[in-house]
Amino acid sequence: MRFGVVIFPGSNCEQDVIHATRLLGYEAEYVWHGDTDISGFDAIVLPGGFSYGDYIRTGAVARFSPVMSEVVRFAEAGGPVLGICNGFQILAEAHMLPGALLRNRGLKFICREVPLRVEESACKWVDLPAGTVARIPINHNEGNYVCSPETLTSMVAKGQIVLRYCETDGTRAPGGSAPNGATDDIAGICNEQGNVFGLMPHPERVVDPVVGGTDGQPFFTAIVEHLAEVAR
Amino acid sequence: MARYEIFVTYKKGIFDPPGATAERALANLGYDEIQSVKIGKYIQLEVADGPNALTRVREMCDKLLANPVIEDYRIQSDEKDW
Repeated sequence: MRFGVVIFPGSNCEQDVIHATRLLGYEAEYVWHGDTDISGFDAIVLPGGFSYGDYIRTGAVARFSPVMSEVVRFAEAGGPVLGICNGFQILAEAHMLPGALLRNRGLKFICREVPLRVEESACKWVDLPAGTVARIPINHNEGNYVCSPETLTSMVAKGQIVLRYCETDGTRAPGGSAPNGATDDIAGICNEQGNVFGLMPHPERVVDPVVGGTDGQPFFTAIVEHLAEVAR
Repeated sequence: MARYEIFVTYKKGIFDPPGATAERALANLGYDEIQSVKIGKYIQLEVADGPNALTRVREMCDKLLANPVIEDYRIQSDEKDW
């Protein structure tokens, strides 16, 4: 199992992803944003950071990197793609996932651990039972997910809502539990096929128990198990 | 050479946090007449003369300068509005 972790100019979480995946016993290598060959990788991760300084809009420029046409092709062939934070913003800008990520409602950069509820979804990156509450840090200024009401209805129907912000007991506050104001408390979504997954929280930061948690581990192990199952 | 000015704003119904903050701040300053504030982006382009200039500028907006999922844009050039 070999993860490819794409580095864009301004990415800053690529080492965390490499560390997390290697710690779990998988192979992981960096992929340069100018690369046009990503064969040899079983899964691609777009890490967090501030690609191209977040200029114009977050992810708007990174989307046009040479490597991205390959990532699109890889995903269309069913290859698993994970976008974390800025990676999620890039996937949204590339229209690989619906909707967009706006500035946080409170205009503040938010960096803290939050409870997240796993939803029943088609996502191949998650095999936790629905209702599981995971504690994972968020670290962003533009995490306020928006989409049209029609898109939301369709995503709910097709099981594309993967993670929602929630209270510590897994319930959602009547006024919303998203610290960034995200529509319907959405923290992570997948495409209809479930192989492309984007989330604002950073699961790679809670893989090594040394840094205070392991709730991020299942997000990397699930896709490996899924691929192993497909291969059988 | 032609100069194009592009105004990018959020689509109707998309919450604009900086605009909402400015709206509250103006109300707090006593400007009771304020009904709405929207904050967007202003972009200037200088473009060499050529065929399909406006079509190409529109394409630039659709591709990169604005995100059609959340934003509208207006192009203005040489006293003409599109």
